[in-house]
Amino acid sequence: MRRAGLWVGVVLVALVILAALVSLVWTPYNPLQVQPTQTLRPAGWPHLLGTDGFGIDILSRLLVGARTTVYVGLVAVSLAAVGGVPLGILAGMLGGWVSQVVLRVTDVLYAFPALLLAILLAAAVGASTTTAMVAIGIASIPAFARVARAATLIVMTQDYILAARACGTSRWTISVRHVLPNIAAVLGVQASVSFGIAILAEAALSYLGLATPPPTPTWGRMLHDAQTYIFSSPVQALWPGLAIAWSVLGLNLLGDGLRDHLDPRLREAT
Amino acid sequence: MRLLVFAASLVVASVAIFLVVNALPGDVATAILGFGADPSSVAALRLRLGLDRPLLVRYLSWAGGMLHGDLGRSYLTGEPVSALVSPRVAVTAWLVVISMLLAPLVALPVGMLAAMKRRTWQGAVASAASQVGLSIPTVYAGILLVVVFAVGLHWLPANGYTDLVVGGTWRPAEFVQHLVLPVASLVIVQASVLTRYVRSAFVEVLNEDYFRTARAVGWTRWRALWRHGVRNAAISVVTVIGLQLSTLLVGAIVVEQVFRIPGLGTALLSAVSNRDLIVVQGIVMVLVFAVLVINLLTDLSYLLIDPRLRGGDRR
Repeated sequence: MRRAGLWVGVVLVALVILAALVSLVWTPYNPLQVQPTQTLRPAGWPHLLGTDGFGIDILSRLLVGARTTVYVGLVAVSLAAVGGVPLGILAGMLGGWVSQVVLRVTDVLYAFPALLLAILLAAAVGASTTTAMVAIGIASIPAFARVARAATLIVMTQDYILAARACGTSRWTISVRHVLPNIAAVLGVQASVSFGIAILAEAALSYLGLATPPPTPTWGRMLHDAQTYIFSSPVQALWPGLAIAWSVLGLNLLGDGLRDHLDPRLREAT
Repeated sequence: MRLLVFAASLVVASVAIFLVVNALPGDVATAILGFGADPSSVAALRLRLGLDRPLLVRYLSWAGGMLHGDLGRSYLTGEPVSALVSPRVAVTAWLVVISMLLAPLVALPVGMLAAMKRRTWQGAVASAASQVGLSIPTVYAGILLVVVFAVGLHWLPANGYTDLVVGGTWRPAEFVQHLVLPVASLVIVQASVLTRYVRSAFVEVLNEDYFRTARAVGWTRWRALWRHGVRNAAISVVTVIGLQLSTLLVGAIVVEQVFRIPGLGTALLSAVSNRDLIVVQGIVMVLVFAVLVINLLTDLSYLLIDPRLRGGDRR
């Protein structure tokens, strides 16, 4: 049953990545081509999911939107991991005041959700894909730092760390050779969960016009555009939202499945 | 100690906000006047807005003003930021507070059901529902609700907002009508997050010895779970509600846009598009302040719920 969740997650996520890759080489129509005679077509043939208020094929825009989503998510999660994991390992290995400082810093960062950071950046330098990625990335640092710290604390109690220490291995070598590989799996779970959160954040930001600017299609802005025609063509708003929910559901199932796979004892509790 | 950490966090947050807005490249005066503007008028505007002063001086005057409720004046209209903010705080607060109270009311029964019946189809349905709710962006929840209840059924308005009291007369019906859909879209997402935590907290209780003992002396499952489970689950629920507050605030900002509600979020976003940086700075500070206050209250509420923590440090 639980295994099923993992596989459903894998399939959902794989399809999103596939859509993003396919959009690099092929889309049914040009996702930027405005066709004034083809506006607000219902789903059917030749436009499988219909057209939007500009007469642009919705399926084509969805496929290209997958690319934006995957790109922003990947970069944001990488940023968060690069920023948070070393902090967490440091706090976990050294303990004491270092650990306290890291915890307090993450506390303050928790008060800055991605949206507020993105708003600050957009106000200061103008909204772009980069400001969105940076904002989402920074906002996800505390989660990685905390998970890395907790996992490091467990690893540090193991005998192989004691053995390495006894051999005079330096702290740096221990952290890279022993700690990092042993917490990698937990970090993978976190990455999957954070990726889902990043997709939700990106959708909200691009809905508000605080991320990738037009004309590049994003799922969030498609929702925004569809809202304009909500009375005349409400079905249009379904597709981009479904795409977002699909991806996030996939990543959450993947994350849960991986965690259960790693630690069967948690299966019951979560 | 907790108050000290709270104060330090406020200072760190205000410095961070100030630096992001002011120390990054991009000149406010040029932004307001446009890139083709005459350099001497740009210089005059900088002087008038006090932008020629060193960063540290500007930070101290901004932070000093905040201590007695002065958030500065809008670069565009000259209006005090606090006058712009205060009527809108109530609007956003309604959204956030009502959702924060309703979410646990939905999540507790659903989470308990999911825990009790976790080996049957009812539990699976409850878990699946919360999993799906978790994956839906707030925007989408809002739009779907509009499509069903405003466009399809014509039961509720698609957008807009009415104050509870307009010009001295009470308008409770219209007030509620306009809040139902926005609050519902926030609650769907919040309750889904919460349900997962409620469920795992209760599953933990089900495995405890004291629960088995209560069952052994003849209590029904529901009674034992109610008596022993709720207090134990309360800790994690309160933690999550506290941590979720920042997501809820963000959700409110988004929901205000979906339903065209004139709250803090709307003011914030229009300030961003006008590049009225001092207003942006002020509103973000107000929001961060709210988040930090709630975190403090969450910390303190543990002491009420769990007597074991009194006197000790929770970490």
